Amino acid sequence: MPDILESKNLQQLIEVLSADGYRVVAPTVRDNAIIYDEIATVADLPKGWTDKQDGGNYRLEKRKDDAFFGYNVGPHSWKKFLHPPVTRLFRAKLEGNGFQVVPEVEETPDFAFFGVRSCELHAIAIHDRVLIDEQFVDPVYQARREKIFTVAVNCGQAGGTCFCVSMNTGPKASFGYDIVLTEVLDGERHYFTVETGSEKGAEVMSKIPLRKAEAEESETAEKIVAETVLQMGRYLDTTGIRDLLIRNYDHPRWDEVASRCLTCANCTMVCPTCFCSTVEDVTDLKGHAAERWRKWDSCFTLDFSYIHGGNVRSSAKSRYRQWMTHKLSAWIDQFETSGCVGCGRCITWCPTGIDITEEVRAIRETEVSD
Amino acid sequence: MKRKPKLAVWKFASCDGCQLSLLACEDELLAVAGQIDIAYFPEASRATVKGKYDLSLVEGSITTPHDVERIQGIRRVSKHLVTIGACATAGGIQALRNFKDVGEFTRIVYARPEYISTLDKSAPISEHVKVDFELHGCPINKHQLLEVISAFMSARKPNIPSHSVCVECKLKGTVCVMAAHGAPCLGPVTRAGCGAICPKFLRGCYGCFGPMETPNTESLSTQWKVLGATDAEIQRTYRGFNACAEAFKKEGLRYDDKETD
Ligand code: SF4
Ligand code: SF4
Ligand code: SF4
Ligand code: SF4
Repeated sequence: MPDILESKNLQQLIEVLSADGYRVVAPTVRDNAIIYDEIATVADLPKGWTDKQDGGNYRLEKRKDDAFFGYNVGPHSWKKFLHPPVTRLFRAKLEGNGFQVVPEVEETPDFAFFGVRSCELHAIAIHDRVLIDEQFVDPVYQARREKIFTVAVNCGQAGGTCFCVSMNTGPKASFGYDIVLTEVLDGERHYFTVETGSEKGAEVMSKIPLRKAEAEESETAEKIVAETVLQMGRYLDTTGIRDLLIRNYDHPRWDEVASRCLTCANCTMVCPTCFCSTVEDVTDLKGHAAERWRKWDSCFTLDFSYIHGGNVRSSAKSRYRQWMTHKLSAWIDQFETSGCVGCGRCITWCPTGIDITEEVRAIRETEVSD
Repeated sequence: MKRKPKLAVWKFASCDGCQLSLLACEDELLAVAGQIDIAYFPEASRATVKGKYDLSLVEGSITTPHDVERIQGIRRVSKHLVTIGACATAGGIQALRNFKDVGEFTRIVYARPEYISTLDKSAPISEHVKVDFELHGCPINKHQLLEVISAFMSARKPNIPSHSVCVECKLKGTVCVMAAHGAPCLGPVTRAGCGAICPKFLRGCYGCFGPMETPNTESLSTQWKVLGATDAEIQRTYRGFNACAEAFKKEGLRYDDKETD
C-alpha cells in the first residue's frame, strides 16, 4: 500500500530536497508555457494550469481545480539539464611551439527533477543507453546523471499529442524514479499517493509527514492513471515499424511531407531522446587561446551532413526521412529500443504541425506491396 | 614579428549600422587594433594607408554607376573581401525600389532629375565582384563579426551557422511564439545570428538575417494563413531589409498579382 502526502505538505518535500543540497528543478509557467526551471517553493509550480496541445499548437488554460500537475509535457525536456544545449569542453593556451590543454572543471550541480513523467523516464533511460552504456561514455552527461534525484509523477490526464500508450512508455511510471507521486483531487480532498523506488527515495520520504493510504485512496489513484490510458491524443501503430520504414524508403509520402517541412530543426531540439551535437573550435584574435564548445545539432541542418565536397542530405525529403527513420526504425538496430517515447513534443512544437504518427499512418495505409 | 594584416572598411549605400557594430566592439576593438593594421576606416579614423589590403569589409549595396567602378577597384586592392550586412549581401531595404520604376521616383522626388545618376536596381556586392564570405544581418551581430575576423587571423573557417533562428530559440530555451502564442514568425526560414532576440521578447522574427540555408517559405506562409495572416501582410513581411534575397524575393512576388488591398 502506498503512503499519502497531503497536498498542503508538498512544500515540505521541496524543502527536504533543498536541505539535502539539491537544486530543485520543476515545471513552472513562463511566457505562456510550462517549462522546466529551478523553483523555490510550491508557489512556483503551475498550480491550476493546464495545456491544450495539437499539431503546431500549444495553449495554456486555467483549470477548474488547484492541481499541481494537471498538464502534460511542454517545450523543455530534462535533457537540457543532463545534456546541456551549449557547453565548453576545454580551453587551450599557446605555449612555446605547442599548446596546453586546460581541462574544464565544472561544478556539476546536484539536481532534483521534480515532476518527471513516465515518457520522460523512458527518454532518460534511452540517453543512459546511448551516452553511458555504449563504448564511449559522455562525461558531461554521466557526471550530471549520477547525481539526479528523481520525483516522478504519474499522469492524471493525457495531452492532445501524447501517445505513450502506443510506445509502451506510460502514463504510469514503472522504473527510474526515487519517488513517484500520483495526484488525487477528490471533492474537497487533495493528496498524493507516494511510492519509493530507491533507498535515496526512502530516506527523503522518512523526513516528510506521511501516513499509510487507505485502500480506497490507493484505488482512486490507480483509477485516475487507468483513465489517462484512454485519453491519448495520438495513436501510433508500431507493428513491424522497423521494416515498414526500411521497405518504404522510396514512398511518395516523403515528398509530400518534405513540401511542408521547414527543415527548421524544432522537432529534434524538443525531442527528449535526440542527442546529436556539433563541436566548434574558436580562437581568439591573437591566436593565443582556443576553446572547444559543444552545441546541440540537428539532422535537419545542412552542416550536419557536410563532408568534404558537399552535403550528404541536401533535400528536405532526405532530412525528414533520416530523422523519422532513425527515430522509429534504425534506432532499434542501433540501441535495441525505439528512439521515440511518444511524448508528442515534435508534433506540438513543429511550426507547421507535422505529426510523426500521421506520417507513419500515411505510409502504412498507402504502401504499395510488390 | 610577422607583418600585421591590413584591414579596410568600405561603405556603399547603407545606414552605417554594420560598421558601427565594429566600433561597438569597444574593448574587443582594441584587441583588433592590436593585431590588425586598420588601414582604411573613415568612420573611425582619418588616417589612411594605401592598399593592398589583406581583408576588406564591405558595407552597403551597389546603386550607382560610380559604385560599380569603385567596388571593382576595391576588389583589385583586396586579398580577401567580406561583405557585411543585409545591404551588402542582399541589396538592403533600398532594394525595395527593384520592384518599382526608379525613373518615376526620381521624377517625383527631385526638382532636376537629370542630375541624378542611379542604377534601376540596388544590388548586393556579389552581383558585381567575387565575394569571399558573406556575413548577414541587419545589422550584423558584433560577436559574429569578431568571429569572422578571428577566423581570418587563424586562417580557419568561421563558425557562422546558416540554419534557422529556431535552433537559437531552442538552445536558449525560449518558448516558441508561433506554437504557444499563434504569433506569425519568420524564424523557421531565417538565418540564425541574432540570438533569437524577437521571440525572447514574445514577438515573431522579422527575418533580419535573411533566408536560412534551405528556406521553405511557401510552407511557412501556409501556416501564417492558418494563424490569420493575409496575403498583403505576408508580402509586406518579406519586403523588408532582405526583400531581394532570393528566397524572400520569390515569396514576396508570389503575392504580386494578389496585391489588391
Ligand atoms: S506521453 Fe504519457 S507519460 Fe508522457 S506526458 Fe503524455 S500521458 Fe504522460
Ligand atoms: S519523436 Fe516526437 S514524440 Fe517521439 S520522443 Fe521525440 S519528440 Fe517525443
Ligand atoms: S518536421 Fe516540423 S519541426 Fe521538424 S524540421 Fe520539419 S517543419 Fe521543422
Ligand atoms: S519563435 Fe520563431 S524562431 Fe523561435 S522556434 Fe518559434 S518559429 Fe522558430
